[in-house]
Amino acid sequence: MAQSYVLSHLRALEAESIHILRETAAQFCNPVLLYSIGKDSSVLVHLARKAFYPGKLPFPLLHIDTTYEYPEMIEFRDRFTKEIGAELRVYTNQEAINAGANPYDLGTAKCCHLLRTRALVEGLKEGNYDAAIGGGRRDEEKSRAKERVFSFRDKAGRWEPRNQRPELWNFYNGAVNLGESIRVFPLSNWTENDVWRYIELENIPVVPLYFAKPREVIVRGQTLIPLQSNVKIFDGEQTETVNCRMRTLGCTPCSGAIRSEARTSGSIIEELVSFRRSERENRVIDHDQEGSMELKKREGYF
Amino acid sequence: MSITTQAKTVTLAHFTAPGDELPLLRMSTAGSVDDGKSTLIGRLLFDTKTVLEDHLDDVSKSKVNRASRGLDLSLLTDGLRAEREQGITIDVAYRYFSTARRKFIVADTPGHEQYTRNMATGASTSDLAVILIDARKGFLAQSRRHAFISWLLGVRTLVFAINKMDLVGFSRQIFEQIREQSNTLLSLLDDVHVHFIPVSALDGDNVVIKSERMPWYDGPPLLDILETARPSIDVAALPLRFPVQTVIRPDPDFRGFAGQLASGHLRLGDEVTALPGGQKSRVARIVTFDGDLEEAFAPMSVTLVLEDERDIARGDMLVATSKVACQAQTVEATVVWMSEEPLFAGRSCLIQQGPRVVSARVSRILHRWDVERLETRVASSLSLNEIGVLEIEAAEPLLFDPYRENRATGGFIVVHRISNLTLGAGLIERESENISECGPLSPEERLCLRGHSGAWVDLSKVQECADALERALLNVHLHVVRTEQPELRRLGLIVLTFGLHEGTPDVVVDGNDLRGAIEAIRAKTTLDTLHAFGEGEGI
Ligand SMILES: Nc1nc2c(ncn2[C@@H]2O[C@H](COP(=O)(O)OP(=O)(O)OP(=O)(O)O)[C@@H](O)[C@H]2O)c(=O)[nH]1
Ligand SMILES: [Mg+2]
Repeated sequence: MAQSYVLSHLRALEAESIHILRETAAQFCNPVLLYSIGKDSSVLVHLARKAFYPGKLPFPLLHIDTTYEYPEMIEFRDRFTKEIGAELRVYTNQEAINAGANPYDLGTAKCCHLLRTRALVEGLKEGNYDAAIGGGRRDEEKSRAKERVFSFRDKAGRWEPRNQRPELWNFYNGAVNLGESIRVFPLSNWTENDVWRYIELENIPVVPLYFAKPREVIVRGQTLIPLQSNVKIFDGEQTETVNCRMRTLGCTPCSGAIRSEARTSGSIIEELVSFRRSERENRVIDHDQEGSMELKKREGYF
Repeated sequence: MSITTQAKTVTLAHFTAPGDELPLLRMSTAGSVDDGKSTLIGRLLFDTKTVLEDHLDDVSKSKVNRASRGLDLSLLTDGLRAEREQGITIDVAYRYFSTARRKFIVADTPGHEQYTRNMATGASTSDLAVILIDARKGFLAQSRRHAFISWLLGVRTLVFAINKMDLVGFSRQIFEQIREQSNTLLSLLDDVHVHFIPVSALDGDNVVIKSERMPWYDGPPLLDILETARPSIDVAALPLRFPVQTVIRPDPDFRGFAGQLASGHLRLGDEVTALPGGQKSRVARIVTFDGDLEEAFAPMSVTLVLEDERDIARGDMLVATSKVACQAQTVEATVVWMSEEPLFAGRSCLIQQGPRVVSARVSRILHRWDVERLETRVASSLSLNEIGVLEIEAAEPLLFDPYRENRATGGFIVVHRISNLTLGAGLIERESENISECGPLSPEERLCLRGHSGAWVDLSKVQECADALERALLNVHLHVVRTEQPELRRLGLIVLTFGLHEGTPDVVVDGNDLRGAIEAIRAKTTLDTLHAFGEGEGI
């Protein structure tokens, strides 16, 4: 019988990610899945369910809540995690919030450092996690293209890009000493296009903000900021109603929407083909300076 | 009935590619420093319209530009600040692109000798290597070294791209000369497909589009070769190898072995043998989240249920009974050494083969490869980036196929017992015939093989934490036993006692601070080892 033993592209990516997730669960005492509520996180959680089926997820999900996220995201988070029976933990840098940290007074770079980077490092320390699984992809940004699947972090949570452990074949060395940890990136080899095609193939629920509809926004430079209770309108700014959607999710002042008519994952995939600009472009924080993502990552950002 | 016994089913077509889809091609670059590897990859991305406008803006706005004209396309892959500042590639960059015909993963690797280990990392998974050669410099020692390492690591299609043809007047003679220079190397490498192409990465000649400036070249441009290349081997056609990653036991009715087929395929009812040990059973279920399958093939990730209760754990391997894998404690392996600290015979280490981690010792260095002359030499040590053939004695059997026969099961990494760094990459050649002069085990050798010294841990005050403690210690590969014989610590064991004994325990656990206890035990056993063997390198 002639039989083609070739996996389709998405199934090959899926098999690889499942392998990585199983390695993580087996090699570490206390792993956690960093759940950012975005589409990559949705895919990651879906893959984790597949990896351990018919068993339950062997690790909790951790959300670093900056308190500046879109309310739709929090609603989605609570519903989705409950539906799949996952254990959700939430961490906020309350100290910084109490001290008045906000993007308007501190600027986005500093705010992001306190409410995301610091919060992440602190949250991981508080939970004593020795591995943190994230949805980062190598196609997202130039310094990520250099990162290992199992990426070592020293006791202070720092990444040393010039001295990473060689990572050969699909053998992942997750051995760490006390206080050190590994960031695990099961989606390393996925592209944005793969993620959407997989969401469509598997019917994975994602936050409705990803789909286009008429929304009231502030047009700020190139960026459209959907109107939310916690968004500040500056003098002279107007709001208008625009058909738009989010390409990446983050905090309200930092991640903008794009003009789009794509209301389904199918039409998003079509739209992607025509895109000539990257998804992170609408994120204010990545552009603060040349190589800024690398600097953030060295401090512990995901 | 529970979810674990009630199975929905799914067909294999749910996972396979539609008939005409070419499998993804993994490729890596190789060659000496500044030969134009990153520029070539940048050119491929640019000419296949993969580069997004804002990334291109970043490149044109960058303070650095080393290209003699136009954009510096190497900046598309040299993403680290240090790389841009120094104008060299330091670590592998993985980039993704696709054409109408197929998808590609490109590993752009560094040419600098100091970073050879990163080049090997990129080559370990690739099907095809593009080896760049600067037309002005010809076939350098580093070009040879990289071609050789790529081949050792199992890359079976080598594309020699003679680059910077624009700087040598597009000379056919120079191209032919370089082609001749590579003959000695190629005569040593069997089973390879070789291509030679004259290119200019900077201008794009013969990269995506055939160059009009070299009418004498009648072959295809680089992209054509990439689009039609065959992956190194068809892993699904090799014998079944299924390394067990974890055991899934959600309820007493279900016990499944989760893993990814490293090679081969299997069907319901197939007889499999569990290594080490050799117990046999048959495949009762092939479970996935999407439904039960009747068959599966590499590289699918599945969960297997066997017909009989078998004692199988992470690190074991299920193999085809009709063609079992090798099982040996002493093997010969080619190793690329990746640590600044040189390797000497006698060194103890951990050997990791996927999910299997065993304690081992390098018993002999058989020889070292001289990659400039492609000859072997007698050697007593291996320094950073050197390649040698070693004899390795493991404390438990290694499960493998010779690397040349099966890339998925013939490799291993060498891991430092204390710093946990990855020190080298090994390719198993064969079981070593030479059973080494063993003799009685000395206490030093025993400690060396165990990787830590012994300790007596007194749990008489808090017996309830024994399970958690034992598990945590086992997890970090320490040899721990529960017995009321504290003197066994002298054999390098970590002895957990519950009763009262004479003598002074090394660690007394008297509270619920488990982490503190583990730290105390590790400090005790690690430091003593260091002391005993003078291995004072970076913890
Ligand atoms: N004239 C000319 N210059 C080229 C060509 N290809 C690359 N260069 C130049 O050669 C220099 C080195 O190019 P890179 O692409 O960084 O070389 P590399 O091989 O990636 O270097 P490492 O990764 O550090 O080993 C740069 O200044 C390029 O602009 C070419 O075809 N023609
Ligand atoms: Mg380079």
